[in-house]
Amino acid sequence: MSENRNEIDQYRRRFLTQTSAAAAAASIAPGVFLTTPAVAKPDDQGVTNEKRWGILIDTHKCANGCTSCVTACEEENGWGSANPSESHSDETQKAQWIRKVSLKEKSTGHVVSLPLMCQHCETAPCVDVCPTGASFKRADGIVLVDKHICIGCRYCMMACPYKARSFIHEDLKDQKPWAPRGKGTVESCTMCVHRVDKDGTPACVEACNAENHKAMFFGDLYDKNSEISQQLREHGGEQIRADLGLNTGVRYRGL
Amino acid sequence: MKLELTYRETAGKSAGFWVLLGGLGLLVAIALGATLYMEHEGHHVTGMSNQIIWGMPHVFAIFLIVAASGALNVASIGTVFGKALYKPLGRLSGLVAMALLMGGLAVLVLDLGHPDRLIVAMTYYNFKSIFAWNIMLYTGFLAVTGIYLWMMMERKMNKYYRPAGIVAFIWRLILTTGTGSIFGFLVARQAYDAALMAPMFVIMSFAYGLAVFILVLMAAYKWTERPLGDAILYRLKNLLGVFIAAVLYFVMVYHLANLYATEHHGVEAFILRDGGIYTKLFWIVQIGLGSLLPLAMIYHPTIGKSRPAIITACILVIIGAFAQLYVILIGGQAYPLEMFPGYEVVESSFFDGGVNTYSPSIWEIMLGMGGIALAMLIVTVAVRVLRFMPETLDDATVDPHAAKSV
Repeated sequence: MSENRNEIDQYRRRFLTQTSAAAAAASIAPGVFLTTPAVAKPDDQGVTNEKRWGILIDTHKCANGCTSCVTACEEENGWGSANPSESHSDETQKAQWIRKVSLKEKSTGHVVSLPLMCQHCETAPCVDVCPTGASFKRADGIVLVDKHICIGCRYCMMACPYKARSFIHEDLKDQKPWAPRGKGTVESCTMCVHRVDKDGTPACVEACNAENHKAMFFGDLYDKNSEISQQLREHGGEQIRADLGLNTGVRYRGL
Repeated sequence: MKLELTYRETAGKSAGFWVLLGGLGLLVAIALGATLYMEHEGHHVTGMSNQIIWGMPHVFAIFLIVAASGALNVASIGTVFGKALYKPLGRLSGLVAMALLMGGLAVLVLDLGHPDRLIVAMTYYNFKSIFAWNIMLYTGFLAVTGIYLWMMMERKMNKYYRPAGIVAFIWRLILTTGTGSIFGFLVARQAYDAALMAPMFVIMSFAYGLAVFILVLMAAYKWTERPLGDAILYRLKNLLGVFIAAVLYFVMVYHLANLYATEHHGVEAFILRDGGIYTKLFWIVQIGLGSLLPLAMIYHPTIGKSRPAIITACILVIIGAFAQLYVILIGGQAYPLEMFPGYEVVESSFFDGGVNTYSPSIWEIMLGMGGIALAMLIVTVAVRVLRFMPETLDDATVDPHAAKSV
C-alpha cells in the first residue's frame, strides 16, 4: 500500500515538474526563441485558414548547378530519376514537380539561379479553371489535385503561369503511398503536404539546409514570429509574375 | 406568300449511299481504335506533352464545336430574322449543327486523360470554371436545338417554333462566347488573355459553320439528285463572303492591339514573323488561301457563279479555319511562358524560355478525322430516316420573286 502511495506521489511529482516546466517554457518562449517553429495540425483536426504555408527562396544563396532540392523531391515523391518506370515518355512529356532555372539579366548579365515549382497561389488560376474541382486549394494555402476526380482535361496546365503542372503520359509503378501518380491525371508539387501535416518540412527545403546553402525557408506566412515572416519583413520578397496578382505562397529574394 | 414545301427522307438505296455510310463508319471505327490505343498506352504515344498541352484533337474538336454553332445560323436567319428564303433550310441547318457538335464533343471527350470519368465531369461542377460552363452550354445546345427542330418538324408544335428559334439563337451566341473564353480567360499565356477572343470565336463560327453547311447542302442535293437553285446558293455564298471579311477584321484588330502593347511584341513577332510553321500557316494558309482567295472567288463576277468554284471556296475556308485554330492553339502554346521579364533563361530542365515543338501523331489525326466522320454519319443517317430536306430547292419554289431576277 505504502509502495503504491509512493508510486502515485512520484507520478504527481513528475507531473507537476513537467507541467510547470512546460508552462514556464511556454511563457518565456516568445522571449527566448526568436522564432516559433512551424507547427502543424493534429491528425484528427481539419485544416484551417489560420495558417498559410509558404516557402521563401533566397536566390543569392541558391547555388548555380546545385540540384539538391530537385533530387530530394524526386526521392520523396517518387518521380524523375527516382521512378524509372516513366520510361516511355520523352523529356517533354516526363513530369517535373520542381526544376532548377538559371536566368541572366539582359541588361547587366547578372546570373540568377532558382528552383521553380508550384507557387501555391492564393487565387490559383488552376483552381479557377478546373471543371470538376479536382484542382483545389486547402484552407492553409496548399494547392493540390484530387486524383479521384481529375478527368485529365489539362485546362489547369493551360492556365498555370509557371508551367508547374505535369500530365502523366503512361502507367507508372513504384509509387509512394503519400504521392499517388495516375496515368491520365495531372500532378504538381504538394509542398510535401504529408510531411507538413506531421509538423515536417518539405523535402526540398530540408535538402537545401542539409547542403548548408540555407536558401529556402518554409513556414507559416501568417505567423509574425515564423522565420519566413521575419525574413520577408526584413529583406522583402518578390513573386514571379506579380503582375497577375495571384498572391503566391512561394516567394523569391534577389530576382 | 406561304411556301409550299415537301420535305422527304433520302431514298438511301443507292450504292453511293452505302459506300458513303461504310466509308464514314470506317473512319469512326479507326478513330475509336486510335482512342483505345492512346488511352491504353497513355498520351506518350501522341505528340502532346507537358509543353504543348493541347494538340491536334483539340484543333479538330474546337473546329467542330465552333462550326456547329455557326451552322445553326442558317436556321436562325430564317426564324429569328424572318428571311423567307432561308426557312426551307432550317431543318437541315439544325441537324448539321447538332451533328457537328456531337462530333466535336466526341473528340474532346475521347482525348481526356480519363474519358472513363465522363460521369465525374457531369456530377462535379466548379462553377467558376468556364470549362464547366461549356459542358452545360454544349449539352444545353443539343437539347435546345433538338426542341427547335421538333417544333419545326411537328405540325402541331409549329406555332412555338419562333420562340424556340430565338432561344436557340441566343444559346448559340452564348455557347461560342464560352468557347472563345476558354482562351480569353487564360491570363497566363501571351497569345490568349484577350476579351476579343469571345466575339472573334463567334464570328469565326459564322464563317466555319456556313462553309460546312454549304458543302453539306450541295453534296446532299447533288447526291440525291434534288434540284438546288442558284438563288439560295448565291445568297449563301455571298453571306459567306461577308463572314470571311468579318473574321479578317477581328484577326486584324487582335494583332493590332497586341502590336501596340510592348509586352506582346514577343508573341506577335513569333506568330507574324519568326514562328516558322506558325508564321507560314498564318500568312499563307489562314490569310492567303483561307481568306483572301475564297473572298476573291466568291465575289468574282463570273467565277463566283460557278458551282465548282463555290465548293472550292468553302473547302478553302475550312482549310483556313484549321490553320487559324492551329496557329491560335498550338502556336499560342509553342511560344514560351514569359515568367521573368528582363531576363533570359540560360538553363532549365523543363524547356523554360524556349519555343516548344510539336508534331502531331497519326493517332491524334485519326481521332480528329473520326469526329468529322461521326458528324457526317449522323447527318447521312438522319436525312435518311427523317424529313430534313425539302424535295426541291429550285428557284421557283424557294423564292419566286428572286427566281425571275436570277
